[in-house]
Amino acid sequence: MDLLLDGFQTALTPENLLFAALGVLLGTAVGVLPGIGPAMTLALLLPVTYSVGADSAIIMFAGIYYGGMYGGSTTSILLNTPGESSSVITAIEGNKMAKAGRAAQALATAAIGSFVAGSIATVLLWIVTPQVADIVVTLGSPSYFALMMLALFAVTAVLGASKLRGFIALFLGLAIGLVGTSTGQARLTFGEPLLADGIDIVVVAVALFAIGEALWVAAHLRRKPLEIIPVGQPWMSKEDWGRSWKPWLRGTAFGFPFGALPAGGAELPTFLSYATEKRLTKHPEEFGKGAIEGVAGPEAANNASAAGTLVPLLALGLPTTATAAIMLVALQGYGFQTGPTLMDDHPDLVWGLLASLFVANALLLVLNLPMAPLWARLLRIPRPYLYAGILFFASLGAYSVNFQAFDLALLLVLGILGFFMRRFGIPVLPLIIGVILGPKLEEQLTTALKISQGDVSTLWSEPVAVVVYAVMALLLVAMAVAGLRRPAEPPAPSPQDEKELIER
Amino acid sequence: MSHPASIVVAYSADRYGEAALEHAAGLARKDGARLVVVNATLGSSLVDARFAHDADIAALRDRLVADGLEVVVRHDVVNDVADAVIAAADQEQATLIVVGIRHRTPVGKLLLGSVAQRIILEAQCPVLAVKPAG
Repeated sequence: MDLLLDGFQTALTPENLLFAALGVLLGTAVGVLPGIGPAMTLALLLPVTYSVGADSAIIMFAGIYYGGMYGGSTTSILLNTPGESSSVITAIEGNKMAKAGRAAQALATAAIGSFVAGSIATVLLWIVTPQVADIVVTLGSPSYFALMMLALFAVTAVLGASKLRGFIALFLGLAIGLVGTSTGQARLTFGEPLLADGIDIVVVAVALFAIGEALWVAAHLRRKPLEIIPVGQPWMSKEDWGRSWKPWLRGTAFGFPFGALPAGGAELPTFLSYATEKRLTKHPEEFGKGAIEGVAGPEAANNASAAGTLVPLLALGLPTTATAAIMLVALQGYGFQTGPTLMDDHPDLVWGLLASLFVANALLLVLNLPMAPLWARLLRIPRPYLYAGILFFASLGAYSVNFQAFDLALLLVLGILGFFMRRFGIPVLPLIIGVILGPKLEEQLTTALKISQGDVSTLWSEPVAVVVYAVMALLLVAMAVAGLRRPAEPPAPSPQDEKELIER
Repeated sequence: MSHPASIVVAYSADRYGEAALEHAAGLARKDGARLVVVNATLGSSLVDARFAHDADIAALRDRLVADGLEVVVRHDVVNDVADAVIAAADQEQATLIVVGIRHRTPVGKLLLGSVAQRIILEAQCPVLAVKPAG
């Protein structure tokens, strides 16, 4: 409790409050713009961390993370173009509501629901994270190795539509993570001394998120403008409140645990929440035509799961979303040892972050309810201006890592890789997690094998490790069974897929 | 007349475009001319408020047709809006182009090119500039 109060003390200093406000504003803005998400923004801002204190930077990043979730729902509702995969479900009912002239209520229930879910989830985070960290800190390398394997496996195979594409991305990421001479022998350096230190993760992240996206947009620049639904001040009637509060709470209950699992992600809980609300609603006739429950539940689940992903990030050092991955990079950039010891070694930082989440959440509610029409105006920015700015900051950021022109060449090569990954629908998340976790995975494996003097059986010598491998086996079996059940799936991408590929 | 005269109107979904459209429709009715409505966008931003929604364009066409006019609507994503209007005027052998004009601040003039100005300067036929009332 003292730690939490100290955390609030850190978060509420004028300077950090300013960074939190900056973060939520920036986060909402990028969340509103489809194609530019919090992950890209954090990647572009990583160089900022060189000149700003660790607590301020992390607090700003948390604000961007939460803000992005809010912003994404605005675009889903008004444009029917989900800014992120986690807002896909919101678009189903939200856009129908907007078309029926209830955009203001949809935005209000999304914003207030996000606030409620975010607040509850943040409190849960305060309770759960230290306990998980206490358990994990007692684990040995074999268990840690197993947990990382689970995270990689889950992010690759459980999330996302295509397993094959997921694994392509994962192995690309692991390969990029191998580059360098960290093990004493040069791997994949092609005799190039500049590659000896490995490829900086900042360059990889900026290239994939910013350059890849910019190239993709440049290739599809002229598009028929989307038909936006005009909106005024968000508000809700008493009846809307009555219909919203239960979905908010149920959504939170779905979102947080899924987010906290090493197999996090917001797609599954938002979908589950939507399905539940559809079943429990007293107005089944409205579903498919714009039911407020169908917005309230998934939006709450979305935000609760975003908070939940911070549990594995802070307690285990395991990122399960792209945004969390970049936050981990930022922490490592400050020289912090991420993992279960982070909470004990740097309680001020972690609790400052946890407290600032609450602050960010409150700021978002205050900012977003009155400013929704303003956010919608952002969508009118001509993309050439927007992406010129992004390319500029991307190059600047990549160059400032080592002040080497070579990094710019790497940036371009990886950016082209990112473009083709989008072209062929290969997810970026497994790649980025692979680059980050690959070296750590290897480190844990070497440690475990060193202690056991090369005896491989040490890898399943700890109960936690055995349980984790069992879970992975179960997931594999479940996937195989699910695959056998619907073997006659059409192999060609449907128009829906095509649309998704274009709009990501 | 073997070939009916055509009037091209550069329409945008705001009060300036409305003013131009109303005036052009009035002229077309008087002269028995064909009305060519051009509503174009660069498509470079995600949302363009001046690019009319499909449903609004359909309603607009129905209204003008009900008014007894011969109407052609060009509702496209183009490389250059002014060029699109001028090209439409050339193809339809228009006798007149009607544009809505707005008052703009010095900074606005500096930052953004004016579609109306380019149409006025580059068109092969007379151009009528219309301001909304008030």
